[in-house]
Amino acid sequence: MKILVCITNVPDTTAKISFTDNDTKLNKNGVQFIIGPYDDYALARGVELKEQLGGSLTVLHVGEADAEPQIRKALAIGADDAIRVNADPQDSYFVAAQIAHIARQNGYDLILMGRESIDYNSGVVHGLVGEMLGIPSYSPVMKLDLDGGNATITREIDGGKEVLKAPLPLVLGCQEPIAEWKIPNMRGIMTARTKPLNVVEPVAVDDMTVPQTYKLPAPKGACKMIPASEAETLIRLLQTEAKVL
Amino acid sequence: MIMSVLIYVELDNGSIKKTSLEAVAYGAKTAEKTGGQAVVLALGKADAGELEKAGLYGATKVLHASDAKLEHENSLAYADALVQAAQQEGSQIIILSKSGLGDAMAARAAAKLKAGVVSGVTALPETDGGFKVTRAIFTGKAFATTEIKSDIKVLVVRKNAIEVDENGLGGGSAAVEAFAPALRDSDFTASVVSVEKADSELSLTEAEIIVSGGRGMKGPEHWQPLLDLAKALGAATGCSKPVSDLDWRPHHEHIGQTGIKVAPNLYIACGISGAIQHLAGVNGSKCIVVINKDPEAPFFKAADYGIVGDVFEILPKLTEAAKSLK
Repeated sequence: MKILVCITNVPDTTAKISFTDNDTKLNKNGVQFIIGPYDDYALARGVELKEQLGGSLTVLHVGEADAEPQIRKALAIGADDAIRVNADPQDSYFVAAQIAHIARQNGYDLILMGRESIDYNSGVVHGLVGEMLGIPSYSPVMKLDLDGGNATITREIDGGKEVLKAPLPLVLGCQEPIAEWKIPNMRGIMTARTKPLNVVEPVAVDDMTVPQTYKLPAPKGACKMIPASEAETLIRLLQTEAKVL
Repeated sequence: MIMSVLIYVELDNGSIKKTSLEAVAYGAKTAEKTGGQAVVLALGKADAGELEKAGLYGATKVLHASDAKLEHENSLAYADALVQAAQQEGSQIIILSKSGLGDAMAARAAAKLKAGVVSGVTALPETDGGFKVTRAIFTGKAFATTEIKSDIKVLVVRKNAIEVDENGLGGGSAAVEAFAPALRDSDFTASVVSVEKADSELSLTEAEIIVSGGRGMKGPEHWQPLLDLAKALGAATGCSKPVSDLDWRPHHEHIGQTGIKVAPNLYIACGISGAIQHLAGVNGSKCIVVINKDPEAPFFKAADYGIVGDVFEILPKLTEAAKSLK
C-alpha cells in the first residue's frame, strides 16, 4: 500500500487574521501555524492504514520553507518521508497540478488530504487532483477502510451519510471522525529528524486565479441586550426591527 | 456560438433547491454584465413545472438530463455532464452553489476545462478591467478579491451572495430541453452500499432560521425546549462541537470551523459560549441572537441581540411568543 498525504500549513484556528502591505499579504506576525486540522485527520488515518497493512506513507506539502516544522511533525507522527514543492501557491489549480505531477511520478494507491484548507476553504483540490489523474475523488470522507484493492468509504451528504465501495486508486478529502488526531511521541520526534525531506521545484502552470487584495469584515454593531424578564419581546424585535421573521 | 453563463442547480425531491435558485439569479445577473444568456443544467429526476421556475430567476433555458443513471448523486458523472453542457452552450462562465457536491463538480469540471475555479464567492463579479470576484476566506474571518485569468471561469457561490426573494428577478418561465450527456463507465466504478438520510429534518445549509445548542443545554435529555422553539419558528437545529463530540446530538448538526458552515437569516445560539471556531461557522448569518447565563460569554460580541439568563426559562417564553406570530 502506497499512501500520499497532502498537508497544508495554515494559521491556528484561534488566530486573529490581519493583513499587511496594503492588504495584499497575510500578516504572519505572532500567528502560530499548524498542519490543517482536516489534513491532520487524513494523516492520522493514513498512518493507521500503513501500520495495519504495511507499505509506505509519504507526506507532501506545496509551500515555502517556513512549513518545515509542520512537515517534520507529520514525519514524527508516522510518515516515512516527505516532499516539499518549493512555491508560494496562490491558486487551487496550481497546488493540484503540483500534487498530480508528484503522483504521476511515484504512483500512489491512495491520496489523502483534508476536505478543505482552513485558510482558503475552497475544498476543490482533491477534485482537481482526481480529474488531473483520471481517478475518482470523494469528499468529505468520515470513515475509510481498505479491503484488498477496494475502499469502503462513508461520506457526509446533505443531512445524512452515504457508504460507497470503490476500487483504488482514489483521492479522498477527509474530515472527522475518520481517525483521532495523533500527537508525536519522543521516539517519533527523534526519528523524524533523520527521515528524508526532499525539496523539489514546481512544474510550470498558467495563472488561473490571482488574489489581488484582502479585507476584514465590517465591524459588528453593538449587541442589543434584552432583559431575561422580557425575553418574549425578542420575537417582536426580530420581526419588526431586524425583519428576519 | 452565443456565449452563455451555465448554472448547475441541485435538486431536492424534484424541485430546485433554494440555494441553487439564488445561484441562477447570480448567473443571470452575471450574464447581464458579460452578455449572453443564463442557461440552467439539472440532473436527475425533476418535475418540469419546477424546472420552469428557473425562468423567474432569470434563466432562459433549462437543460434537463433525466437518465436513470443520474438519479443518484454522483459528482464524477455530474461533472462530466456539466462539461458537456458547457461545451454545447459555449459557456465561458459556470456557476454552482456552495456545497460538498458543488465544490466536487466545480473542481472536476475546472480540471477538464483547464479553467480557474474560485469557491466561496460572496458577491457579483466585477467585470471592468479583468474578471474579479470576492470570496470568503479564513472561514469567513476575512475576504479576498481574486482575479480569474483563464478563459473559462468556474465560480462556486455562497448563500446570500445575491439578494433575492421568492419572486426571483421577476422573469418568465424557462423552456425545458431534454439533454442527453454521454456517460462514461469510469464514473460509475463505485457501488453505493447504503444511504442514510434524515428526510424529515430541514437541511442546515438551506435553512433560513437555525436554533442551536451548546454545553449550556446541560445534556441531550434537556433538548426539548430548543426543539419546541425550532418547531414554532420552522427552524433547523444545530449544535456546537462539544455537544456533537459528547454524542448529545448527531455529528451532522455540528456547526463550526470543522463542521458545517451556515448562513441563515437568523441564528439563535442557546448556551453556546462562542469559541472562535464556532463563530467561524456562523459568521455568514444575517442576524445572531445569543442566550447565555454568562454575561461575559464571547458570543455576545458577535451577536445582534442578547439575553443573559437561564435558557430553560427563556426558551419557553420565546416559543410562546413565536407561536402567537402565526
